[in-house]
Amino acid sequence: MHVTSRRFKDNVRGAVNDANLRQSLATMKTGFRVKRGLAVAALPEFEALREAGKAIKTHTLEHLDHYLEHFEARVLERGGHVHWAPDAETARRAVLDICRTHGAKTVTKGKSMVAEEIELNAFLEGHGIRPVETDLGEYIIQLRHELPSHIIAPAIHVRKSQVASTFRESHPQFPADRPLEEPRELLDEARTVLREHFLGADVGITGANFLVAETGSSVIVTNEGNGDLTQLLPRVHIVVTSIEKVVPTLEDTGTLLRLLARSATGQIMSSYTTVSTGPRRPDDPDGPDHFHVVLLDNGRSRLLGGEFQDVLRCIRCAACINHCPVYGAVGGHAYGSVYPGPIGSVLTPGLASLEESASLPNASTLCGRCEEVCPMKIPLPRMLRHWREQEFARHLTPARTRWGLRAWAFAARRPWLYRLGTGLAGRLLSRLGRGRGRLARLPLAGGWTQVRDLPVPPPGGTFMARYKRGETR
Amino acid sequence: MADSSRETVLNGIRTALRRGPVSESVRRELDGRLADHPASVVPSIARGGRDALVARFIAQAEASAATVARVAPDGVAAAVADLVRRHNLPARVAVAADPRLDDLDADGVLTVDRRGTPAPDDLVGVSHAVAGIAETGTLMMASGPASPSTLNMLPDTHIVVVRATDVAGGLEDAWDRLRALSTDGLPRTVHFITGPSRTGDIEQTLQLGAHGPRRLHVILVDDGPDALGQ
Repeated sequence: MHVTSRRFKDNVRGAVNDANLRQSLATMKTGFRVKRGLAVAALPEFEALREAGKAIKTHTLEHLDHYLEHFEARVLERGGHVHWAPDAETARRAVLDICRTHGAKTVTKGKSMVAEEIELNAFLEGHGIRPVETDLGEYIIQLRHELPSHIIAPAIHVRKSQVASTFRESHPQFPADRPLEEPRELLDEARTVLREHFLGADVGITGANFLVAETGSSVIVTNEGNGDLTQLLPRVHIVVTSIEKVVPTLEDTGTLLRLLARSATGQIMSSYTTVSTGPRRPDDPDGPDHFHVVLLDNGRSRLLGGEFQDVLRCIRCAACINHCPVYGAVGGHAYGSVYPGPIGSVLTPGLASLEESASLPNASTLCGRCEEVCPMKIPLPRMLRHWREQEFARHLTPARTRWGLRAWAFAARRPWLYRLGTGLAGRLLSRLGRGRGRLARLPLAGGWTQVRDLPVPPPGGTFMARYKRGETR
Repeated sequence: MADSSRETVLNGIRTALRRGPVSESVRRELDGRLADHPASVVPSIARGGRDALVARFIAQAEASAATVARVAPDGVAAAVADLVRRHNLPARVAVAADPRLDDLDADGVLTVDRRGTPAPDDLVGVSHAVAGIAETGTLMMASGPASPSTLNMLPDTHIVVVRATDVAGGLEDAWDRLRALSTDGLPRTVHFITGPSRTGDIEQTLQLGAHGPRRLHVILVDDGPDALGQ
């Protein structure tokens, strides 16, 4: 998993000055959030479903090996194949081998975050196979050579005028003066172009929202229908997915489906929920002749049985991302990981390494909104704190921060010194900011005063001093 | 190589969970859960009497931007013809090879171009659903000789016939019907369709008709109040 989170601070600087991005992120607040709120309010059983969903996932994770083996057995019974992949390289190789066996030149792809995680497109291209993303958002960013900036709305950072210029560049087959101002026109053009790809592809790759152990099925949830055309038209359907997607039964899938669409887009049910089981049957008029499932671990099993196990309950609805004030300010690319936002800040250090991604658990105000809206009740803020603790314990925290924390700890353990220090500092600050109540500049605190004023304490001493004098109620 | 990858993943899971393969008694318990497939929380919108469920199915399907026409059992062909006229669609249709859709061209308005899988340029497809789901206004389509899955996706306009007696309450009822339907595992592709295809990928502006159908029309056949197995 390619992670560039070390550059987080520089990325943030770029992001907050990007006017296009600001506009895109503003739409998210009125879109996803409002719709989710309405959908949740309309279902009195939502809270009970959250508890039920959490229980299902927890139960499954505790018996993950058993359910995966059961899933595998059902897939084989139905004539499909299962490829176990401990790491990204094994998963990519498995996909390439299947493509080569079938002489594939073009591969259509439904949206898959696991495929992003293992950087499948670059790998296939490097081996002479052309992957074509078919989800509209993924298609747009593939043409723009960008990474997704959101797990369910990958092109959320792109304005429609940018889509138009990308299409003009990438689709020279259409008249140069065609109108491309409206979303409708852009969508129709993409629909026309991608139809040809759907019909011509040799292999179709989708992800999976759920794997059903009971039946050996993979389940995808989509709105566009691209995942369906991707898996129905080519001769080969490959599901690229990860081990924690398995759930025991169809009923369990139903419980999670009731949570997923509402939490993601505020829909009661997405347009298409597709349950795919094995290759086509002898008397089926259509469907793929071959069915493969690539099961990726890539660090997930390591998270079991420990303080980060709960993150594996995630159903990738993106509610935490949509409600995160940090994501809302900087967008997805700043995180430098395919999984942005609160879920990404917990997952990325677990799947890659804390060394590469220590900025991410710190990119949070710990406001708690993510946990509030998480349909799986994942305690994201607590896990962000766990990563911060590990960062400190493993000496990954920058020297200045460590020095500062040590100085603070020294004083905090000596109340007389702490009181003396805060009293002096308070008096000094209120003198410096006299009359204005705030400071625009302060030596050693440039990081703060660069973008906002520092409020100064009112004269009259610290809270404790005034409390002792009886000035407070 | 493949086998060792399998063992690596499974052993990784067991090591992290600090145990070996699940014991015989746990295995029996888990397999029991799989065999019983217990339902969990079933929302109240998934329950109700026949009339309430049919009414909810219609309301939810319409809320998902599908249209619903309620017709008598002998009114399907006329309803399809009416849709074609009202929406200015070509009168040439691709029809699933379901015997319940055999007589669509009887009155001469429609031309049935094809039975079975659609050609890429077929604009109107007609299929028959296994069930409707009242909770969400969803159509359940199961692949098989009488129901090609590509017909659900390729044509611009998808017309789906569903019987009122096949309108189920919630997803749980749908799973049960699916299990009853299949003798040898699930059908290859089961589509749960809720409204026409859509996308919000350009500036989060909702557009109907992404890669699948732009329009979804449901023809609900009133096949008698007594036949519902609820």
